[in-house]
Amino acid sequence: MPKILNIVETAYRATIEEQDDTVLWLTHMLKNGGADISVLLRANAVNYAVKGQDASGLSFGEAKMTHPPEIDKDVEKMIQKGVPVYLVAEDVNERGLSDADLVSGIKKVRREALPELIDQHDQVWHW
Amino acid sequence: MASGKTLTIGIMDAPYESANSTTALRVIDAALKKGHNVNVFTYEGAVNLTMKGQQPHPNPVKGTSVEQEQHPTTKDWVASLFNLASARGVKLDWVNCGLCVDERGAGDWIDGPRRGGPKDFLDASVASDATLVIPTK
Amino acid sequence: MAKYLLIESRDPFDSSDSEYFCELVEGISNRGNEVILFLVQNAVFPLRSGSKHNDLIDKLLKNKVKVLADNFSLKERAIKRPLDGVEVVDMGRIVDLLLEPGTKAIWH
Repeated sequence: MPKILNIVETAYRATIEEQDDTVLWLTHMLKNGGADISVLLRANAVNYAVKGQDASGLSFGEAKMTHPPEIDKDVEKMIQKGVPVYLVAEDVNERGLSDADLVSGIKKVRREALPELIDQHDQVWHW
Repeated sequence: MASGKTLTIGIMDAPYESANSTTALRVIDAALKKGHNVNVFTYEGAVNLTMKGQQPHPNPVKGTSVEQEQHPTTKDWVASLFNLASARGVKLDWVNCGLCVDERGAGDWIDGPRRGGPKDFLDASVASDATLVIPTK
Repeated sequence: MAKYLLIESRDPFDSSDSEYFCELVEGISNRGNEVILFLVQNAVFPLRSGSKHNDLIDKLLKNKVKVLADNFSLKERAIKRPLDGVEVVDMGRIVDLLLEPGTKAIWH
């Protein structure tokens, strides 16, 4: 089984209908399907690792979103399932985030180390 | 002549919204013409590429009729790719992600595609000679 | 040493993220990998001579990165002569590169 790295950078794109992030969900499904898969969150997607995200309360007329996404919990579940989750350190710092803001189990990687991380994987899917 | 090689492509963009769709179809077209098998996994908006209900339209700015304008629809481009694969004796396996289809009501598609899911993409990728993911923004 | 086909579809006028990808291209190349950068769609804009972003491409070429440009994207934008050192290719060539054994393809 090839080692796959899913790079996620677009964040909060699909919350009008999605109850997950589409690529994190896909990663979860691929893991369930037996994939040897890791995730790298970069750019705005580093915010997916921030504790306490709250997308609740969305409603249009009488129609309400009853199960909003809980992306921080999805990231935690992924880590518990054995999916390594990396964050680009500089992207975290540039957004004013500290380690205390993040869910536990995240592996930070510096930008300069990305080529090495990429080299360690057989397939790199940049979403 | 079939090369025996297989390329797997994952795409996400809904039709008409991004040049990514154009490039994706160009890659598939070029691969089929070279005698390669191609697996396509459509995720999210890309499942709309094959909707049977797409209709061409006239162009009121240019004053053309439907027949004159020959406005392309993505379903026709994809149907043509299936014809190309058949003519070249290679396989085009087009999988629309089922849950994405359901939430978009995109289940009435042209002949050729089949319903599937992420496991199909994983299996196709593992069995292929190359995989390319073209994301949406 | 691995082979990489890195595909850039975004342009630096519209996306500040192009700089990240250029850095990634250089970083992967500096690790001794064989790197080809293919510019497609709006990513060909910096190839017009006189563009303020010519330097991005020049830097990659100086660092021995092979840079290819999509013929259709250039034609679509009336870029008749891209920068020296950039090879114009058709999609058939990209398919060949994708299917070269051991190639990792990454789209940005």
